[in-house]
Amino acid sequence: MSDTNEHPVKKVSIICAKGAIEDVYAALVMGNGAVMEGIECNLFFTFFGLDAIMKKRMDKLHTAILGNPALRLPGGARMPSLMGVIPGMEAMVSGMMKSGMDKLDIPPVSEFIELFVAGGGNLYACKLAVEMFKVKKEDFSEHVKDIITIGEFYEKAGGEGSHIIFT
Amino acid sequence: MATKTYAGVTVDVNEEGYFNNPQQWTKEIAKEIAKEEGVELTDKHFEVLEYLRNKFNSGDALSIRGINKSGVVDVKTFYQMFPGAPMKKATKIAGIPKPASCV
Repeated sequence: MSDTNEHPVKKVSIICAKGAIEDVYAALVMGNGAVMEGIECNLFFTFFGLDAIMKKRMDKLHTAILGNPALRLPGGARMPSLMGVIPGMEAMVSGMMKSGMDKLDIPPVSEFIELFVAGGGNLYACKLAVEMFKVKKEDFSEHVKDIITIGEFYEKAGGEGSHIIFT
Repeated sequence: MATKTYAGVTVDVNEEGYFNNPQQWTKEIAKEIAKEEGVELTDKHFEVLEYLRNKFNSGDALSIRGINKSGVVDVKTFYQMFPGAPMKKATKIAGIPKPASCV
């Protein structure tokens, strides 16, 4: 116990490279949890994770059925992966996930990002991914602080008691 | 069970200093806990503490989202009022248990 108190986590830099509901929320819960504990936090979105900070996409994320062997039906039975090919199925499952989260007072992505930024958290987009996907600055939420290179990310991630997490 | 004395009153607290019995809380006590936490309490602080205590008394879970929607204070101000770990600090000063929620 004394050891953890002597070396507290002071800063976390979290990288989110995927855009499914569970990937984005993992990053947001950890990021928001950090600022609530008084830990400085940078959230860096890259590749498909960019969807989470794009105005038109952030609240329309999906969770995959195809290729998601851990997905269960409400009774606990395994969801057959091939159900994912049925049109509308993925949207339905994603809708159920979101309503389940809402009941636990987990906010939609846009609201979660507002809470995170209000708590002093920093949001960044990856320059390489932005160029690759031809995303424009105005496509992003106004809470995105900057579009930065990986070198700049490491510069911001430094300091005593700092950690980097790839979700 | 640990005890602490604030404003001449002995109260029951857990090992982290959170109240075991929120009934023992008074505004005078709050001022002394706040001093320990490095917070100078204003009227606005008491409004927030009152909100947190009411929420707790009605059995609702506390969340940062709830605070933002409370109409009492917005999240940005909340962070400024209880700098560092706002939810932990505010609940400690409000004499209620540490929130068990992840959001």
